[in-house]
Amino acid sequence: MEILIASSVGVLTAAGLYLMLRAQTFPVILGLSLLSYAVNIFIFAAGRVAPGMAPILDPAAIGYVDPLPQALVLTAIVISFGMTAVIVIMALGAYLNSGDDDVDAAGSDISGGAG
Amino acid sequence: MNHLIIAPIVLPAVLAGLIVLLARRAMLAQRLIGAVALLALLGLSVVLLRQSGEIPAQAYFLGNWPAPFGIVLVLDRLSALMLVLTAGLAAVIWAYAVVTGWDRRGRHFHTLFLFQMMGLNGAFLTGDAFNLFVFFEVLLIASYGLMVHGGGTARVRAGVQYVAFNLLGSTLFLFGLAAIYSVTGTLNMADLAVKLAVLPPGDAALIRVAFALLLMVFAIKGALVPLHFWLPGTYAAAPGPVAALFAVMTKVGAYAMIRLGTLIVTAPATEGLWQAYLTPAALCTMAVGAVGVLGSHSLPRMVAFAGIGSMGVVFLAIGAGTPQATSAALYYMVHSTLATAALFLLADMITPAQGRDDVQGRGAAASGVMAALFMAAAIAMAGMPPLSGFVAKLLVLDALRDKAALMWSAVLLASLLTILGFARTGSRLFWKPPTDVSPAPAPDNPGAIAAVVALLAAIVGLTVFAGPITAWLDMTAQALHLPTGYIAANALPGVP
Repeated sequence: MEILIASSVGVLTAAGLYLMLRAQTFPVILGLSLLSYAVNIFIFAAGRVAPGMAPILDPAAIGYVDPLPQALVLTAIVISFGMTAVIVIMALGAYLNSGDDDVDAAGSDISGGAG
Repeated sequence: MNHLIIAPIVLPAVLAGLIVLLARRAMLAQRLIGAVALLALLGLSVVLLRQSGEIPAQAYFLGNWPAPFGIVLVLDRLSALMLVLTAGLAAVIWAYAVVTGWDRRGRHFHTLFLFQMMGLNGAFLTGDAFNLFVFFEVLLIASYGLMVHGGGTARVRAGVQYVAFNLLGSTLFLFGLAAIYSVTGTLNMADLAVKLAVLPPGDAALIRVAFALLLMVFAIKGALVPLHFWLPGTYAAAPGPVAALFAVMTKVGAYAMIRLGTLIVTAPATEGLWQAYLTPAALCTMAVGAVGVLGSHSLPRMVAFAGIGSMGVVFLAIGAGTPQATSAALYYMVHSTLATAALFLLADMITPAQGRDDVQGRGAAASGVMAALFMAAAIAMAGMPPLSGFVAKLLVLDALRDKAALMWSAVLLASLLTILGFARTGSRLFWKPPTDVSPAPAPDNPGAIAAVVALLAAIVGLTVFAGPITAWLDMTAQALHLPTGYIAANALPGVP
């Protein structure tokens, strides 16, 4: 279980970073999503991996899992979901306005003639 | 509990919601609600500033949950100072946006502006590390909207880069926070300070990695080299008043670094971790800022680089890690926020929408009043006497006395390059005779000029009252470096 979780965090982060470094906005957004999945699993694991336990104290249960990371991960999921929606809309706007979805072109041109 | 502490967060949130619900199409009502909100915020933060001088630190327990379990807001001198700075700056910039009509050029300007205030105030008040992340996201998502306010291809494309880069920063922040939680089991800042002071040596490695990640996050926010490259494009492409408001956003990074750096990172496991990176990075930041000022084609871009350079000085003082240096950093931070904002507003007036770029080939686009204001703001920004930039740099240099050879020459050289850059741009803008292709100078807008004059008046006030202000900041810095009051305010179980 631990190996599965650790390696999935690692693979997702690596894939996310690779995609983040692409030149088009679509892979960059995919990379951001993969990174947010990686960090969500990582936060989940920060409360220790305890399969099959409930996140509540119960005298009859043999143990419990830390509920706080679950609350944190919920917040993180909501925020990353909203942020992904924002960047998709902005990337779409930039693509429709300019006709290409290159990430880099604008930043250097703002100072130059094209403005 | 003092319920005023949460008001700077709740008030803009409620009023921003009201604008969307009640006044979507009525610009006058939007402006009215915005004016009420910003005046109330200014009044509130001044009241909180006065309170913070009397009590070292007050905690506000949300839902009345005790400290390490619930979320706390903590008001101390530093957070009160940042609240007043933000509220004062925002009120001036908001007035500028209204009189110049920037708020009409797109939808939801006032709503986004108030949500931005909510995020900023929350980030300055919170005493919980995860909550700090949440308020970073609140202020960022509002800033994404403000950044592309008014639209335009270049602006939206720069916005995409800005959003992508900050999302990456948020992810790093979460990785860092999760690692801290996995080691300590808490995210309350005061509790972290207590727990990390007695951390078993075996756990030190993970916590050091976590704080290195957090340093990167705050370096992204504060535009510390090598993580500054999002800033010039973003600020140059953002609407003028929004760029001026963003002058306080870089300070959020510096604030978080001061707060966590004095409260938590001083623990044995992480001591000196940030200082080791901060000083060299700050020196590079000053160099990049100064060279950027010299090399920029456009006025907004030049101001953005001047802002980066000023963050370098702030981080240099933070990196020294002494109470005296922290006090100097705070003074410089207040000064550079006002000066950068004033320059962004001036840049917005001087280079109107049709020709935001290429100040070099064009002369006489602005009146004599504009030239005088630009000169005053440039003097403040570059750190020449008689304005507060000089006092601020003097304080920083004095605090860095023990490493004078390197630090002094770096700060002074960067200042010289900045002066050169501003002098060249000023003479090209205002002294060059108009050519056929020069656009006619836009008529001066008295309201807009009044906004810039207000910022410059604040800079003059900062200079004239430098004595009492630095005395107050010295006490702030001492309380930061000996945070017993801050920790006691959290009333943690088992901690005296």
